[in-house]
Amino acid sequence: MKDGWREIARPYTAAFASRFLQMLQYRTAALAGFGTQCWWGGIKVMVFAAFYGGASAAAQAPMSLEHAITYTWLAQGLLVLMPWLVDPEVAQSVRTGSVAYDRLRPVDAYALWYARSAGWIAARLLPRAALMLGFAAVALPLLGLGAWAWQPPVGVAAALAFALSMGLGLALSTAMVMLLNVATLSALNERGINALSAPLVIVLSGNLLPLALLPDAWQTALLVQPLAGLMDIPARLYFGQLRGADALLGLALQCFWIALLVATGRWLLVRTMRRLQVQGG
Amino acid sequence: MSQIVVDRLLKTYRIAERDPGVLGAVRGLLHRRHRTVEALAGVSFALERGELLGFIGPNGAGKSTTIKILSGILRPDGGSVRIDGRDPFADRERHVGRIGVVFGQRTQLWWDLPVGEGFDLLRDIYRVDRERYRRTRDELVALLSLERVLDQPVRQLSLGQRMRAEIAAALLHEPEILFLDEPTIGLDAPSKLAVRDFVRRANRERGTTVLLTTHDMHDIEALARRVIVIGHGRVLADSPVEALRAQVLAERRLVVDFAQEAQLPDDLGTHWPGVRVNARDGRTLVLDFDPAAVSAPALIARIAAAHAVEDIRLEGLAIEAVIARFYAMHGAADA
Repeated sequence: MKDGWREIARPYTAAFASRFLQMLQYRTAALAGFGTQCWWGGIKVMVFAAFYGGASAAAQAPMSLEHAITYTWLAQGLLVLMPWLVDPEVAQSVRTGSVAYDRLRPVDAYALWYARSAGWIAARLLPRAALMLGFAAVALPLLGLGAWAWQPPVGVAAALAFALSMGLGLALSTAMVMLLNVATLSALNERGINALSAPLVIVLSGNLLPLALLPDAWQTALLVQPLAGLMDIPARLYFGQLRGADALLGLALQCFWIALLVATGRWLLVRTMRRLQVQGG
Repeated sequence: MSQIVVDRLLKTYRIAERDPGVLGAVRGLLHRRHRTVEALAGVSFALERGELLGFIGPNGAGKSTTIKILSGILRPDGGSVRIDGRDPFADRERHVGRIGVVFGQRTQLWWDLPVGEGFDLLRDIYRVDRERYRRTRDELVALLSLERVLDQPVRQLSLGQRMRAEIAAALLHEPEILFLDEPTIGLDAPSKLAVRDFVRRANRERGTTVLLTTHDMHDIEALARRVIVIGHGRVLADSPVEALRAQVLAERRLVVDFAQEAQLPDDLGTHWPGVRVNARDGRTLVLDFDPAAVSAPALIARIAAAHAVEDIRLEGLAIEAVIARFYAMHGAADA
């Protein structure tokens, strides 16, 4: 039976692996992205330090400066996890009409695209996150800038919960990219979709600012909306702010959104394919 | 029962239109205008297992649309398709595992992946047994001379190399039916020959059913015994290739070079029934004649007896001319 499952999953794991390995080749892009993210990370850390500099502000803040700094590096390292871009391979195949070939594969069309997009995200994420970790958690303390460094998680349980939550974050991010992919298929162009999704995603995921620093009245709404599962929930687990039953609730919330978005995306894809027009030659 | 049964297929496309110029663009913002184009207006035919059918027609006739419906990519607006009893669109996943498709103008291989890796990925996507895959791939690589391009990314291939790789990619899972949409478009002569030779072998040796669209009549002459002419979304003719040629072309051409000028009577054509003067230029005379009314040897003998002739050439019209005439006859040229 184990073999049976592997055989069923074979097209999708192969698509994931192939895309992952292919995207890992782009070293220059990873280094350039890393450079930019260090630069912005540095600026954000300095802004936080300036804000927290006033003693009264620091006492009232819902998050310590140390956490805010670690959060910033984490957010910079996870930047490409944010689903604000349509998978360029999907966009290209829609523009050229090669999307027709995707209809010719004897597999679930949604699952195949999902696997490819997941590989695309994971392959860009891992090297950048590793470089960021090396820079902010190792190099900064060595340079005597330990106060501005990326701090380790609060404990083993928190680290495990964070790792699990990151995996779910990847699945969630892919489900969101899939919605953008389907929208591209229906609009035939990805630019408008990219332009609209970027600001929404970067704010609501907590990548720009920790959601905890946004107004108190919004907190519940901010925490249950799907984008929180990309950055804010994993970070809260990392800092041990969600522990025990709350930690499980956070993970369950991520799972809930993954299931809902995958179901929605799949339904929309089937509907869009039904109306698909592939004209010319 | 026939392997493929196509019954009164209908498909319309909606095309967005706007008036030219700035005014047209602004008006397009406020009010979208659409025009429906009838791509297929009742196409019907049946295909037996192991047949090799050529599909020809002017650009925009509906050939590609038919292939896209037959392969399950598009849903028809009306009519039905049954392939081995299955509806290609409704039963897509099972259907597409048994067909191979090549669109000459698009690529199914991954642009940035080396050809061989793309093949491996297709192996997994089609869940082909590894041992079996290795045999099929090696055979395809040898037949299509792909040894040297296996390690190259697809974007670096020449068009001829890419097309051969595309055809191999479509056959890795050993499909029973092969749809080829303009597989020789843009290829040089050796590549065209290689593709034709390969398709012929797949059809004869493996018994693969092949449906091929093309604008190159040499493809049809080299490969197909049966041809369907399609125009304005309708089947204009469905017949053996020779029959089509005979039907349209009851005419042959004789080109005569005389030894001296001004020997020709003005009313030459009128004396001989079934013969028409197509052109006369100096010492050269071009006659079109109906071989049923007057045989070529008789005509040549008659001319040679009366005049000093330097050279005589007998020409059948090229099949391209046949087809162009056929399209014109049915008012089917691309609009």
